Amino acid sequence: MENIKKTCLHSRHIDLGAQMTPFGGFDMPIQYSGIVEEHQAVRNACGVFDVSHMGEVNISGPDAEKYVNHIFTNNVSGISAGKILYGMMCNPEGGVVDDLLVYKRGENNFFLVINAANIDKDMAWIEKNATGYDVEINPLSDSISQLAVQGPESEAVMEQVLGISCADLLFYTFREESLDGRHILVSRTGYTGEDGFEIYADDDTIMNMWDTLIASGRALPCGLGCRDTLRFEVGLPLYGDELSETISPVEAGLGIFVNLDKPEFIGRDVLAVQKAEGAPRKLIGLELADRAIPRHGYEVLNDQEEVVGYVTTGYRGISVDKSIAAALVDTSYAAKGTPLSIRIRRKTFPATVTAKKFYKKSYKK
Amino acid sequence: MIYYSKSHEYARVEGNTAFIGISDYAQKALGNVVYVDMPEQGDDVTAGEEFGAVESVKAASDLFAPVSGAVVNINEALIDNPRLVNDDAMANWIIEVEMTDPSELEGLMDEEAYKAFCASETH
Repeated sequence: MENIKKTCLHSRHIDLGAQMTPFGGFDMPIQYSGIVEEHQAVRNACGVFDVSHMGEVNISGPDAEKYVNHIFTNNVSGISAGKILYGMMCNPEGGVVDDLLVYKRGENNFFLVINAANIDKDMAWIEKNATGYDVEINPLSDSISQLAVQGPESEAVMEQVLGISCADLLFYTFREESLDGRHILVSRTGYTGEDGFEIYADDDTIMNMWDTLIASGRALPCGLGCRDTLRFEVGLPLYGDELSETISPVEAGLGIFVNLDKPEFIGRDVLAVQKAEGAPRKLIGLELADRAIPRHGYEVLNDQEEVVGYVTTGYRGISVDKSIAAALVDTSYAAKGTPLSIRIRRKTFPATVTAKKFYKKSYKK
Repeated sequence: MIYYSKSHEYARVEGNTAFIGISDYAQKALGNVVYVDMPEQGDDVTAGEEFGAVESVKAASDLFAPVSGAVVNINEALIDNPRLVNDDAMANWIIEVEMTDPSELEGLMDEEAYKAFCASETH
């Protein structure tokens, strides 16, 4: 951990008394006042997250659209500037190199937002696959910081506290503008299942905005702990849990983000077969009758006590007062209502297959 | 008399009985306790070995028995209300053990030594 990175807000987290932990190569706040309180603030009011650890890269040049479509499972051709698409970069076997957002800034000009833990790997992947494409690849992770303002009151907080008008900004769209002479990018996106915004800007701007938000008392500082409980309850995947180099987007139930209208992209052959014929494994939800808590990696068993899969994420839900899990299992056990069990330390606990969205998203569309 | 282990369990001793729980320092470090995994009445626990777990929202933390013996009671209030551990960790013991070898207590820390131990862990 000698080379652990810090975001520009690191000292502020320490001053606020945050519990810090390494995540994706950065020393990040897990919680300030407590995961439950922060989770509830985002579901019911407004929370602010430092997500400056996220990586960014800009791809431009004459072949930019063609190239992004080559490495990305979703289809960026035909979308207008100001729109955002979610999707994956896959390897030829259909496994996921990373999941990401692609912002279309203009003709042949795209801004990609990638996971902190994958920045080095992704940059190597993006460089390597660009051979033969006339594109300019600009890594921006070191110069861009990011805040996420999330929750039902986030629109009011953005406008009244930060002075950023965003009522007209639609879900999964963005705008670039100048604020006090600094360039900022604001999108109506997030990772909590609630309405919210993400702001990309230079360090000084982000530090000023953070201070303004905290001083206003209108946005509770929130750590990565509740970010995980929030995203999990609404069925959003986390790379490393629900997605990996050996888990395909189709297996993870994200086939809708794999666009087969495109004649070519890396991983297409395998993913086309999986979409047509079904994948051997499927990501499911599991609900326990008991209070015991399933955790990542715990075994999922059938009624013969044979291992048929494993838990990818599990919690005692916060908005959902039950012990719940996402699990990757053999497809033959994926039907809703199937009785399975989970091995938790010395015992096994009965669990029932459910949808993997345990809580309804409240996006403003 | 209260004894503490390096893994942050306490044993509050009355005669030959030990009430075992987690220290206030441990409950603070864990945050909101959402589940306590306890053995059953009649189970045996062995000093230094895992006998259950205390779970916060984000992680499970194994419990290790500070002393050996038979579990004569579990704190059933924790089944429906695990947050009691946060409210008062010392009052809300997890298991009551009839000790088989009280000399095991000699390997544990007293209040003062445990305080110094926690201070050294934080710095």
